[in-house]
Amino acid sequence: MIHKNERRLALSYINVAYFAFLIGTFCGLMQVFIRNNALKLPAWLDYYQILTVHGVLLALIFTTYFIFAFFITGVSKTLGDFGPKVRSVSWLGFYVMTIGTVMATVMIISGKASVLYTFYAPLKASGWYYVGLALFIIGTWIAGFAILGHYASWKRRNKGVLSPLFAFMTVSTIILWIIACLGVVATVVFQFIPWAFGWTETINVELSRTLFWYFGHPLVYFWLLPAYMAWYTVVPKIIGGKVFSDSLARLAFVLFILFSIPVGFHHQMVEPGIPAFWKFLQTCLTFMVIIPSLMTAFSMFATFETAGRQKGGKGLFGWFTKLPWKDIRFTSIFIAMVFFIPGGAGGIINASFQLDEVVHNTLWIVGHFHITVGTPVAMTFMGLTFWLVPYLTGRKFTNSLKKLAFIQIITWAIGMLLMSTSQHILGLMGAPRRTSYAGYNGKKTALEWFNGIVANHVTMAIGGSILFLSAMLLIYIVAMSMFVSPKALDREDQVEFPLAESDQSGTPRFLENWWIWIGISFALIFVAYTIPIMHMIEHAPPGSIGYKTW
Amino acid sequence: MHLHRYEKIWLSFGILSLILFLTIIGINAFGQNHTPAGGMMTIDPKKVDQTPPFDHPGVVKLDDNRYQVAIVGMAFGYKPSQIRVPAGKEIIFKVTSADVTHSFTIIHTKVNMMAVPGQINTKSYTFQKPGKYLILCNEYCGSGHQFMQTEIEVYQP
Ligand code: HEM
Ligand SMILES: [Cu+2]
Ligand SMILES: [Cu+2]
Repeated sequence: MIHKNERRLALSYINVAYFAFLIGTFCGLMQVFIRNNALKLPAWLDYYQILTVHGVLLALIFTTYFIFAFFITGVSKTLGDFGPKVRSVSWLGFYVMTIGTVMATVMIISGKASVLYTFYAPLKASGWYYVGLALFIIGTWIAGFAILGHYASWKRRNKGVLSPLFAFMTVSTIILWIIACLGVVATVVFQFIPWAFGWTETINVELSRTLFWYFGHPLVYFWLLPAYMAWYTVVPKIIGGKVFSDSLARLAFVLFILFSIPVGFHHQMVEPGIPAFWKFLQTCLTFMVIIPSLMTAFSMFATFETAGRQKGGKGLFGWFTKLPWKDIRFTSIFIAMVFFIPGGAGGIINASFQLDEVVHNTLWIVGHFHITVGTPVAMTFMGLTFWLVPYLTGRKFTNSLKKLAFIQIITWAIGMLLMSTSQHILGLMGAPRRTSYAGYNGKKTALEWFNGIVANHVTMAIGGSILFLSAMLLIYIVAMSMFVSPKALDREDQVEFPLAESDQSGTPRFLENWWIWIGISFALIFVAYTIPIMHMIEHAPPGSIGYKTW
Repeated sequence: MHLHRYEKIWLSFGILSLILFLTIIGINAFGQNHTPAGGMMTIDPKKVDQTPPFDHPGVVKLDDNRYQVAIVGMAFGYKPSQIRVPAGKEIIFKVTSADVTHSFTIIHTKVNMMAVPGQINTKSYTFQKPGKYLILCNEYCGSGHQFMQTEIEVYQP
C-alpha cells in the first residue's frame, strides 16, 4: 500500500476528474439533442457555451486530472514514498491547477468565454479565461516537476540502475507535456493575456494558431501515453504474463517524444500563411508516429498470445479464448484497444495532406476523436478506475459493482460505435462540426443529414444518450468505491495495483539518457518550425483587434 | 536490443508502406500540383473593403478558361451573397475574413478553406456538374455560426 499522502493526493485528482466528467458528459447529451433540433436551450444558455464546457472539462480537465492520479499512484508504488518537498510541491501543483480550472469554468459559465477549448484569435474572451488556462498549465508543470524531482532523487540513490518501466514512461510523458506546453504558454502569456486586458491592441492571428497547434497535437499524445502505460505495464499482469520487451517499450515512448511535437501544421493544412512545403514536411513527421504505434500493437498482441498459450491455448487462435474475458479490468482495456484500430486509421486519413480537405472541420473529425480520446483513452481510464479507486480507498470492489462495470463498458462501446459511426459518415457527407442546429434554409444537402439510417443526426443522438447513461453508471461506480463500499479487511478482498514484471537485462542504458532525447526533440522542432514562424513574425499582416461575436 | 523476427517483418512492412504512401502524396502534391488550399498573401484585416480584389467581391473573368471569385467572410455571412460560375472552367477562389476566423466550404467538393483575418487563402477548382451547391462556414465564429451560409450556382456555359 502506498503512503497515505499520495493516496489522498491521487483521490483528490480523481474527484475533480469525475466531477468534470459528470458535467462534461451532460453537456455532450445536450449537444446531440440540439443538433437534431429536439432540444432548444433557454435564452441565457448558448450551444457554444456548453460546447466550450464539454471540450474544456472532458478533453483538458478530466483527462489531465486522471492522468496525474495514475502517475502519482504508480510512481509512489514503484519508486517509493514521496519526500516532504515532493509532497508539498505536489499539493501546490494540485491547488494551482484547480484554481485555474475554477477560473476558466466560471468564465465559460458566465458567458464571457464561449471561445471553445481551442480559443482561436481574434475571438476575444475575458482575460481571466486565459489566466485560468495559464494557471491550469502552470499547475500541471508544478505537479509534473514534483514527480520529476522524486524520480531524480531515486536516481541519485540508485546510481547506474535503470528506473522501473512505469517510472520511465511517466517521465517520458511529463517531458513530452512540458515541451508541448511551451507553445500554448507562449501564445497565452505573450499574445492573449496582454491583448485581452487591453495592454496591446492587436494580435498576430496566424502565429497564435500555429503556437496553439504546436501544443494541440502533442496534447493528444499526452492523453494517449498514460493509456499506453496501462497497456504495457498493467495489462500483462492482469492476463498473467510479463512485459513483452522492456527495451521496445522504452524505445516506443522515446519515439513518441520525438515525433509527436513537430507536427502541428497537420491541423492547419487548409489555411493560408504556411507554405505547402512545410505543411508537407510536418505531414511526413506526423506519419513517423505510426512506427511506435505499430510497435505497441505488436507488443500487445504478442503479450496476449504468449499468455494465452501459457494457459494452454492451442492452434492459431486458441490463445484468444484463454484471455480473462470475465475480468473487467482486462475486457475494458481490450475493447478500448480495438477502438484504436479504426481510430488510428482515421488519423492517417486526416493527416494525409490533401485528404484533409475532404474532412477538415466536418463531423468526421468529431467522430475521429471520440473513437480515439473518447474511447481508447477514456475507456482505458475507466478500466483503471475500477481498481484504482478501491486500491486508494482500501475498499472492496464488490461483485455487484463488477457487474455494473461490465454494463458500463458495454454500453459505452455501443454508444460510441453508434455515435461515432454516424459522425464519420455525416462528416463525409459534408455536415460541419461545432454548429448548433441549422436547417440551412431547408437546403436539400442539409436535409440529407437527417435521412440515413446510420448517417443521421438522430442516430447520433441515440448513441449519445446511451453514452450518457453509461457515464452516469460510471459516476455511480466511482462514488460507491470512493465512499460507500465496505472496507476490505481481509487480504483477499484488497484490491491490488497490477504491475507486470519487466525484464531489464537486455535494455540499453542510453534509452534512459534523457538529454539525448530532449536534444533530438528540440532539433526536430527547430527544423520543422523556425523558418515558418520567423516568416509569420517578419511578414505579419497588421494584427487583428478582438471580437466578441457571441 | 533484441527484435523478434515477426516484429522485424511487421515493422519493415509498416515502414515500407509509410514510405510508399508518403511518396504518393508527395508526387501528387508537388509533381501534379495538388496541394491543399493555401497562399502567402497578406492583407490589412481592417481595410478588407478597400483592398482589391475584396473591394469588389465577386466573379471576374480572367481569360477564356479561368475565373476568379473574391469572397469576404464576416460574422455571419459572405460577400458577395450571390455567386454564379460556369461549369468546366477553372475557378480560382480567393478568400479572406473581415473579422474572426471563418471557413469557406462548398459541400460535396474539395473546396474547404479557412478564412483567416490578415491572410488571403486560394484554391482552384473546376466544377464538373452544373447545379446549386451549398456553402457554409465550418469554423466556429460566434453565436450565428450555424447561420453562416450561401449558395453557388454553377451553370452550363
Ligand atoms: C456522453 C458522452 C459524450 C457525448 C454524448 C459527446 C458528444 C459530443 C458531440 C455531439 C460533439 C460535437 C459537437 C459539435 O461539433 O457541434 C462533441 C465534441 C467534443 N467531444 Fe464529446 N461527447 C461525449 C464524450 C466525450 C469524451 C469522453 C471526450 C473526451 C475525453 C469528448 C471530447 C470532445 C471534444 C474535445 C469535442 C470537441 C469540442 C469542440 O469542438 O470544441 N467527448 N462531443
Ligand atoms: Cu463564419
Ligand atoms: Cu462559422
